[in-house]
Amino acid sequence: MNEQSFNVQIWQAFIVFFSAIFTQNILLIYFLGLCSFVGVSKQLKTAGGLGIAVIFVMTTTCAINWFVYHYVLVPLHLEFFRFILFIIIIAAFVQFIEMVIDRYSPVLYHNLGIFLPLITVNCAILGAVLFMVIRDYSFIVSVGFGFGSGIGWFLAIMAMAGIRERLANDRIPRGLQGPGITLVIAGLMALAFIGFTGVLQQ
Amino acid sequence: MATANTAKKYAIEGIWNNNPIFRQVLGLCSTLAITNLVINTVVMCAALVFTLALSSATVSYLRNVTPRNIRIMVETLIIAFYVIIVDIILKAYWPQMSANLGPYVGLIITNCIVLGRTEACALSNPPVGAFWDGFFNGLGYSYILLIVATFREILGMGTFLGLPLPYFSSVYFDKWIMMVMPPGAFFMLAIVVWVFRTIQHSKEKETK
Repeated sequence: MNEQSFNVQIWQAFIVFFSAIFTQNILLIYFLGLCSFVGVSKQLKTAGGLGIAVIFVMTTTCAINWFVYHYVLVPLHLEFFRFILFIIIIAAFVQFIEMVIDRYSPVLYHNLGIFLPLITVNCAILGAVLFMVIRDYSFIVSVGFGFGSGIGWFLAIMAMAGIRERLANDRIPRGLQGPGITLVIAGLMALAFIGFTGVLQQ
Repeated sequence: MATANTAKKYAIEGIWNNNPIFRQVLGLCSTLAITNLVINTVVMCAALVFTLALSSATVSYLRNVTPRNIRIMVETLIIAFYVIIVDIILKAYWPQMSANLGPYVGLIITNCIVLGRTEACALSNPPVGAFWDGFFNGLGYSYILLIVATFREILGMGTFLGLPLPYFSSVYFDKWIMMVMPPGAFFMLAIVVWVFRTIQHSKEKETK
């Protein structure tokens, strides 16, 4: 990885960033973060808050976990330990961010605070970190991947919340209300995102 | 006798009344992605049942010595412990399957159903009850996903467990490519949720 020149890596990060948003959307193609996606997509405002929190946490935890994996776990041959370490780092980081925001920006804390603890158990975060390790991305590419995945998740949940707000007053068969109709819409959105497949070639 | 009764009670709750997928709508994330082949789903569900039952029992054993404010961390660590066991066993004995499942085995840790059951049941019940609760919730989860996986594999690939089926793998059947792709999983799961919820609603009406 390290022998690649800086420019090549930047370019690769750029490609990975776009593919994480459109062709390889972490939510619609890999089904990660689906629980909070179904649960929190009733209103645009809350969905937006959670989405922004996910973008932020995903980018930073991808960066931190890259360092931890390559400079702590690999030299010590403790790769099997990665699940525990990653989840601890994510939880600790989320806790830390919560305290910092609470201390310095009460307004932001009020808007974002309630979503932060939810993120610890959002599979999209751990999923993005594990994908980053399995695909052996370099540091710059990892950051691009984390940021792109976060934006992809944000876009998907915003689109879903917008659609669900419109659906609120429609007559839906009783068995299909709530999660059922959400899954159908997610399926349609996934179909639309598959249309992007030809745009990028990896 | 008493244990048999509790097991039965938890079985009805987990498999039907309070099914993880169509009632609680939890834990869809990590397992939906691997429902494109039945064999992947079977392995994944077995891993999930194992983790869910044993981590519920362990959390329940430790519930009186766990400080309340760090319980989420403790629960996550216990779950991660069992997931690592599963992951290492798979890597050692079935590397091909481990490669197929990719990150999804590790993602059982953040599967909401595991944490959900430990929070909802294991923290307030004795170990045996918590074990059965985890076990039957895992089963209730597994059979829905197996239904989804069966339809996806037969319609999308014309095979079942990798074996070609008489009509579906012949040239007379147009394979539904969409079923193998992600949207197929969403649609199939939506249909299953719809069917099961409708059955449940009509049963509720009858009892009233």
